[in-house]
Amino acid sequence: MEVDRADGRTRNQLRPLACTRGTLNRAHGSATWSQGETKVLAAVFGPKAGTKKNENPEKACIEVIWKPKTGLIGKPEKEYEMILKRTLQSICLLTVNPNTTTSIIVQVVNDDGALLPCAINAACAALVDAGIPLKHLAVAICCCLADGYVTLDPCKLEEQRTKAFAYLVFPNSLVSVRRKGSLQVEIEPVEHGIITSVTRGVMPVEDYLRCLERGRAVSAKLSEFLRRSMQVQAPSDSPTAG
Amino acid sequence: MGPMNDSSDLSSEMEVDAFRRLFPLRFHERHLLESIRPDGRPLGRARDTTLAFGAVASADGSALAKIGCTTMLAAIKMEVMTPTVESPNEGCIAVEFHMPPICSPTVRPGRPAEVAPVVSKQLSDTILRQVVMTFSGMIDLKDLSLVNGKAAWMAYLDIYCLDADGALFDTALLSAVAAFCHLKFPMVSLNDDGRVVVVSGESKGGKSGKEAVNKEQRKLNLISIPFSLTCTLHNNYILADPTAEEESIMETLVTVVLDSSLQLVSFYKPGGPVLAFTSAVMVSSDLQKAII
Repeated sequence: MEVDRADGRTRNQLRPLACTRGTLNRAHGSATWSQGETKVLAAVFGPKAGTKKNENPEKACIEVIWKPKTGLIGKPEKEYEMILKRTLQSICLLTVNPNTTTSIIVQVVNDDGALLPCAINAACAALVDAGIPLKHLAVAICCCLADGYVTLDPCKLEEQRTKAFAYLVFPNSLVSVRRKGSLQVEIEPVEHGIITSVTRGVMPVEDYLRCLERGRAVSAKLSEFLRRSMQVQAPSDSPTAG
Repeated sequence: MGPMNDSSDLSSEMEVDAFRRLFPLRFHERHLLESIRPDGRPLGRARDTTLAFGAVASADGSALAKIGCTTMLAAIKMEVMTPTVESPNEGCIAVEFHMPPICSPTVRPGRPAEVAPVVSKQLSDTILRQVVMTFSGMIDLKDLSLVNGKAAWMAYLDIYCLDADGALFDTALLSAVAAFCHLKFPMVSLNDDGRVVVVSGESKGGKSGKEAVNKEQRKLNLISIPFSLTCTLHNNYILADPTAEEESIMETLVTVVLDSSLQLVSFYKPGGPVLAFTSAVMVSSDLQKAII
């Protein structure tokens, strides 16, 4: 019952995480993020002057370019681009640099399930590396539903065999000091809100809510990891920045 | 507080239209305070929906769906193909969503709309839902088989957006489902080479030598019918079935798709501010149940 996945993990166990910042030399910010065999490289260029057509010039514009591992960009990649763009728009402070464009290039290095959450995490780390002003970080997780159980962070094989799965993105848990009044007013903490939710397959509503619950629990751990990996490299980064 | 008071003072003197254009968010928030929307609907009410079958005579199945001003035309063309080796007893469905420049001022000629491939991907996900272990899609692809391993139907579903005024996915899905409901399989016969071919309308009377294999025009059996509802969230308000204007102003969009057995097919929220708490999730799915 405990160990029932192909790779010997328990249902709530994530694959080993790894995050490296500043992998690319010429980019303004870059990061690689890997979850087991899934690996994504993200680079950030910008803010560059001017926005694209049909964008609001009073705000900063976010542009996402998705590069698949092989072949040309298709419909699924277009969808990923849009989800990533909307997700990043909601965590960036867009009013700080109005009339600028920030490009985020996401290169898939290897896809072994939970690709989109991995890309969101990588993009988020790259944005931090580039010093783009953010409201908060976003952590993404993939939840699978198989035989009525929620399984976290599936590999490709599990993802294909599952009945339904959900990609969930949560804000990271805040540790900064908040005003006392605001804490009392809030019924639910900020990190319980959903930034993005994408589901595939059919599931009962209760199962979706269970996915949310598990996702929230694990997103706290993920955001802890993200924060830690930001801190470790911070001292070595400061000389190059200055 | 200063600028807010200024604009509300201004609003009493300004014309409504000018106010709407200059301070769109403020204009809508004013309405929300009164629990009404600029087009006179209460917050939870969807727009009037109309559905017409058989809008395209040359297609094998077609439908025209309208939700408010948003209009979609869906048409299905059936062709005979050789099934793949992996699934010899299954047909295939190709979904394409088009947004021509006539549908909205934001779509420019020559440049494809950004949302079009996304809606089209979402649609094919919802209709097909190909899951290896348990197939739970809307259509059983085995229904599209003609001769095991030799011939199967290929359904080309094309959806044209004629007028884009919010809730694109809802309307597209409605028109797609309606087109599949209206779909009648064309007659097929065996030709001299022993291949299955579609009997076209003209040759029906002329060549009596080739008998149609399927006499009665079969209809497609739909397993479960999905319904979708898009809501925008703004602070504590949930607005069902937003117009394009509301979508552009209030950025948080949530699309909930339930099927006829009230299973959750999709809960789609691409980005947007962090507003969707559990309560909001419950309310929006409840709202949708009410509409079904």
